[in-house]
Amino acid sequence: MAIGVTDRDSELTTAIRVAIPEKGLRQDLRAVSIVWRRELIRFRSDRLRAITSLVQPVLFLFVLGTGLSTLASRGMPAGIDFKTFIYPGVLAMSVLFTAIFAAASIVWDREFGFLREMLVAPVSRSALVIGKCLGGATVATFQGIVILALAGFAHVPYDLGLFLTLIGELLLLSFTLTAFGVMMAARIKQIQAFMAVTQMMVMPLFFLSGALYPLNGLPAWLTVLTRLDPLTYIVSPMRHAVFSHLGMPSAALAVLSPGVTWNGWVVPTGLSLGIVALMGVALLGIAILQFQRTE
Amino acid sequence: MSEPVVQVTDLVKRYGAVEAVRGIGFEVQPGETFGFLGPNGAGKSTTIKILCTLADPTSGSARVAGYDVVRQRDTVRRNIGLVFQDPTLDSYLTGEQNLRFHADLYGVPRAQFVPRMRQVLEMVGLWDRRQSEVATYSGGMKRRLEIARGLLHAPRVLFLDEPTVGLDPQTRSSIWEYINDLKQREDITIFLTTHYMDEAENCDRIAIIDHGKIVAIDTPEQLKASVGKDRVQITTNDDQAAIKELKDRFDLEAAMHEGMVTFNVESGEHFVPRLFAELTQAIRSVSVARPSLDDVFMSYTGKTIRDAEATVGDRNRATVMAFRRGR
Ligand SMILES: Nc1ncnc2c1ncn2[C@@H]1O[C@H](COP(=O)(O)OP(=O)(O)O)[C@@H](O)[C@H]1O
Ligand SMILES: [Mg+2]
Repeated sequence: MAIGVTDRDSELTTAIRVAIPEKGLRQDLRAVSIVWRRELIRFRSDRLRAITSLVQPVLFLFVLGTGLSTLASRGMPAGIDFKTFIYPGVLAMSVLFTAIFAAASIVWDREFGFLREMLVAPVSRSALVIGKCLGGATVATFQGIVILALAGFAHVPYDLGLFLTLIGELLLLSFTLTAFGVMMAARIKQIQAFMAVTQMMVMPLFFLSGALYPLNGLPAWLTVLTRLDPLTYIVSPMRHAVFSHLGMPSAALAVLSPGVTWNGWVVPTGLSLGIVALMGVALLGIAILQFQRTE
Repeated sequence: MSEPVVQVTDLVKRYGAVEAVRGIGFEVQPGETFGFLGPNGAGKSTTIKILCTLADPTSGSARVAGYDVVRQRDTVRRNIGLVFQDPTLDSYLTGEQNLRFHADLYGVPRAQFVPRMRQVLEMVGLWDRRQSEVATYSGGMKRRLEIARGLLHAPRVLFLDEPTVGLDPQTRSSIWEYINDLKQREDITIFLTTHYMDEAENCDRIAIIDHGKIVAIDTPEQLKASVGKDRVQITTNDDQAAIKELKDRFDLEAAMHEGMVTFNVESGEHFVPRLFAELTQAIRSVSVARPSLDDVFMSYTGKTIRDAEATVGDRNRATVMAFRRGR
């Protein structure tokens, strides 16, 4: 140890010059990237969280899906499993909690001070918020991919095109959800309160999304509520993607995956996804504005 | 004289009804180690938050490294390093990952990152532990890592808000070694806050702050010289009677501080024998202290810093002599 001392000292005596560049797009992109990577690093080291957030979708798929299948099979076209029917909804569910939880880390960061390290850096706040949302979207989509791997158990074919479509849709959903969470995290400073409020909002969103039942033939009040739920507009395209890969007659397809209708008019898939994307961007914008403020 | 590195004018910060900073002004020169000394709640952290662009002043202005903290926020940020009172590390990341995160946020050129990281980590003795998760660090190591991180982008001013609070005395003195070392090595101005008197002695100049106002500002030596008198503390069988007697017989203003009869007198060591001879109240203990920053604080605010905090902290008073009698 002692041997190195002299040359160590000589190295230390002159401070290494560090030239910090002016603020700019390059800087902001570097900030987005590191905030995003930190989410991945933290997710990788937190296996417990990864496993626990998969418990619920697996329960829904295998326990609820199997348990209700005898009852539900009466309303199903022959040969279609109830598990297949709820599979897209379960996929959406698998990213729901992880995406919100990723946003909760902002509340943690505030509690443990790390948020301050970020807020005082010479980068724009939008870079921080975007990095965070991308990070949340990525880890949540990983969770979704685990459920995608179980497709066979729900009689969904392992088809590359189908999987890419579903992954894209999961990414979109996760991004929007994380942006929603980040917006909430800007306001709610206690982790318990954040968890309570978001849980309270997530479950109704899930149940109203048509994840577990078809959107047609519902009572008027429920029809209205399902159409107001943003999650509906992602679950329906996902279900459409799954069912159009099953090679079933179009009559059966129309029963099981009728798409979202507005007063009888079928909302095209593109518009449906556009609505979700637009919401994501709007929520992101609000979140950025909220983090722009100083004390 | 060159342009001041920190320049504060009539700074006020109000949080609702609370006036945390009540019109302060001062300047810090390049290369100085400048300390804010004051009890908890005096407004030290609030001032730092404003200087670091994390809070906007209610009124008044401040310039850091030549830039306005409100209008040129990002330029100020590029030029300052920060160690907050409360930790701001990600304990799930390793020491190195924390620094890398910082380097990316501050845009430290990639080629300079590794040599600079090595330099700052070696300075605080953490190079060997850089691959460990911060969760496994001790309190002192975390503090050192924060100091290293604050220096990573070679700021012109380093702000340290209570850099040693909550650390054991040994770690505290080692943190001070690093800080003194740093001044030798780098061309840097240090602005720190503390409520430890003994630490304030390490500063080139200090400002004593109480209730959001600066009550005195000078070098530690000058401040102590301005007080002049030694501080004597005694305990007796009847403290109230002793206070009255000190007033009547010796014309001394004594008061209870930290549970002891306390007063200031010139050349205390000569006065104490007289006190024993003439005071009718039985004396149980005596201590005499040369003017310390405690006394400076007391002479400007009328209370000791510990009274001001109303907590019994760790005492670190230089006791010249102490007698014990009776009991
Ligand atoms: N964000 C805040 N909101 C309301 N009051 C605050 C806030 N920050 C500080 N204060 C108040 O301002 C005063 C000064 O606090 P602070 O600057 O933290 O003191 P110090 O760092 O000297 O201990 C205290 O009375 C504190 O309660
Ligand atoms: Mg403080």
